[in-house]
Amino acid sequence: MNGNQLLIRSGRLIDPLHGLDTTGDVAIVGERIVAVGRAPAGFAPDHILDASGLLVLPGLIDLCARLGEPGYEHEGMLDTELHAALVGGVTRVVCSPDTDPVLDEPSLVEMLRWRARRIKSARVYPLGALTKGLQGERLSEMAELTRASCIGLSQADTPIADTKVLYSAMQYASTFGYKVWLRAKDAALSRGGIAASGAYAQRLGLAGVPVIAETVALHTVFELMRATGCAVHISKLSSSQGVELVRQAKAEGLPLTCDVSINNLLLTDLDIGYFDSRARLDPPLRQGRDRDALRAALADGTIDALCSDHTPVSSDDKTQTFADAAPGATGLELLLPAALQFAASSGLPLAHALGCVGHRAARAAGLPPASLAVGEPAELIVVDAQARWRATPEALHSQSRHTPLAEHDLQGRVRHTVIDGRVVWSDSAATAAA
Amino acid sequence: MTRAHNPQLNAHGELRHLLTPEGLPRDVLLHILDTAQGFVSFGSREVKKVPLLRGKSVFNLFFENSTRTRTTFEIAAQRLSADVFNLDIQRSSTSKGESLLDTIANLEAMDADIFVVRHADSGAPFLIAQHTPPHVHVVNAGDGRHAHPTQGLLDMYTIRHFKGDFSNLTVAIVGDIVHSRVARSAIHALTTLGVPEVRAVGPKTLVPGDLRDMGVRVCHDMAEGLRDADVVMMLRLQNERMSGALLPSAHEFNMTYGLTAERLALAKPDAIVMHPGPINRGVEIDSAVADGPRSVILDQVRFGIAVRMAVLSIIASAEH
Repeated sequence: MNGNQLLIRSGRLIDPLHGLDTTGDVAIVGERIVAVGRAPAGFAPDHILDASGLLVLPGLIDLCARLGEPGYEHEGMLDTELHAALVGGVTRVVCSPDTDPVLDEPSLVEMLRWRARRIKSARVYPLGALTKGLQGERLSEMAELTRASCIGLSQADTPIADTKVLYSAMQYASTFGYKVWLRAKDAALSRGGIAASGAYAQRLGLAGVPVIAETVALHTVFELMRATGCAVHISKLSSSQGVELVRQAKAEGLPLTCDVSINNLLLTDLDIGYFDSRARLDPPLRQGRDRDALRAALADGTIDALCSDHTPVSSDDKTQTFADAAPGATGLELLLPAALQFAASSGLPLAHALGCVGHRAARAAGLPPASLAVGEPAELIVVDAQARWRATPEALHSQSRHTPLAEHDLQGRVRHTVIDGRVVWSDSAATAAA
Repeated sequence: MTRAHNPQLNAHGELRHLLTPEGLPRDVLLHILDTAQGFVSFGSREVKKVPLLRGKSVFNLFFENSTRTRTTFEIAAQRLSADVFNLDIQRSSTSKGESLLDTIANLEAMDADIFVVRHADSGAPFLIAQHTPPHVHVVNAGDGRHAHPTQGLLDMYTIRHFKGDFSNLTVAIVGDIVHSRVARSAIHALTTLGVPEVRAVGPKTLVPGDLRDMGVRVCHDMAEGLRDADVVMMLRLQNERMSGALLPSAHEFNMTYGLTAERLALAKPDAIVMHPGPINRGVEIDSAVADGPRSVILDQVRFGIAVRMAVLSIIASAEH
């Protein structure tokens, strides 16, 4: 056998792609898994990771993260944010094009890929900008961006106000079979809103983003999908009514996938408390019935994936009035606890529930799923699902440490992250304590 | 941190900041009204001062213009013998790019004891209260659409003065409620003090249905809203709302929701008419009503000084 030999011993092996949930070993030679269950006879590992009492899962994929580069280096650097991804068990990061400058030039995408490869950390899959500068006016060079390894074209959080431009963009993208990533956010109806419309925003006197900002946009996108045949991924669905429209569109057979962020899955507008700017998010946190509908939709597959919506924001930009504070929260290190919490509350088998940060998310992004199968690249994580912690600033590795989840008890921490057979991160504190 | 407890109260349940009437216990509100009662007669005295705040520095921080509210706070603080400093921040530091909290830190270094804050953003006084040391007190003088607690309290004082008791009243609030901090603070104070029926009256663009969640009855018909009311509170229609996407014109607003003598006849015969000022004559209220016998608009102004004296003296005496 060639290459380093790594044995992960006595873990609970969970592979959502194959519905696997069993206790055993994973044997790795070089970059690939050579055995699952029991190591082959004569296997002489150079390195052993004891996974007894721990979960062994395929590496997680995050469909929405901002990595601070280019342009926002003061809020997060590519190396620190990708390190935070590894700490969070996220081995693949789909990154949003709303950088500065916007990812609308192949050279910028190539630069980002080159920087990411040099860091030798989590894998980066950029989305190219759908329109130049995300301005919603001129189409970007979609074929060039795709050649530069973009996995799709996205408008990030900036809606296209001009429906004719959106129509052309979807026509053009569908010519080449490219997937378009959109927010369900009507430009006019969401303008000026800083919290979800409803009793709580009304009470605090915060300008609202009404549910119709989401549903009107969804109706428009679905009509344009019918007209163009364009495949669409809807990012960060937020409302119960939006979920229902997605359910109907999928039943109709439209080529549609979608995701929800950890914040909308776990929190509601009440978490704004007394104008807590950590809960200033886009989409805004909605009401309990919306959160419950999002959970149910993630459980029944209407929503394909759970994303972190990782957005580094500097302390200066968060220590502002609620209206002036920059929207966004840190998330890469919270995706796993959020997924585990969802899995526990969904009533689904763990192996099924975790597909939302695994193969189902990968499929939505058009990527081959990571798996624990023999012959596959060894891209996996070892997880202590019982570890309790709080996302206080000291507990996080991202440069950006603001999250509305900081007040919540979380469960689940990654002990080891393995990519291509290499242990790229280990929780030294936990390993030393053991 | 901020979620755990009401930031307006100290560990003993005493009022240390006044940020919004929402969430304040009924007895705290009544204590302010009772204290104000003792100050009402002050204006007619030979010597209009008491030494309750002698040696204390009150900074009026107005990030948004308001001559009237600032002046009443200034008079209230001076009658309590405080040293008053007016800062028109709009024209000074923030235009130089200084952040809100940097401005506050600088003023704290000048040994401020009380900040009276007006700001265009909902919640700004909460941010300031969270970032000031325990001996510094914050009074919200109006933040965005959120709250204007001293206005709400002077409205309560006025209602109690003329009606005696809250427990059997119907109060109609008319006009641009969705954008009004005055309306929000009045609604919270009225519902806390036990008013059984609070009506919000106006077109759907200014009085959306979800206001019901605040414990009010929403009326889009002016006659329904006014019928048998004990108190009619008219709100000022801001110039920028008078024509545009929310209302076609000031004239049409007057035609549909303006308070005329004829419409006022729908309310109880002894109903009082209130307005936070400044009034737009011929828009939300006709001169015959504003200057008529049921109008208590100028009483509100007079009581406003006493209520602000009460608030400043109460928060200054809260333990750190």
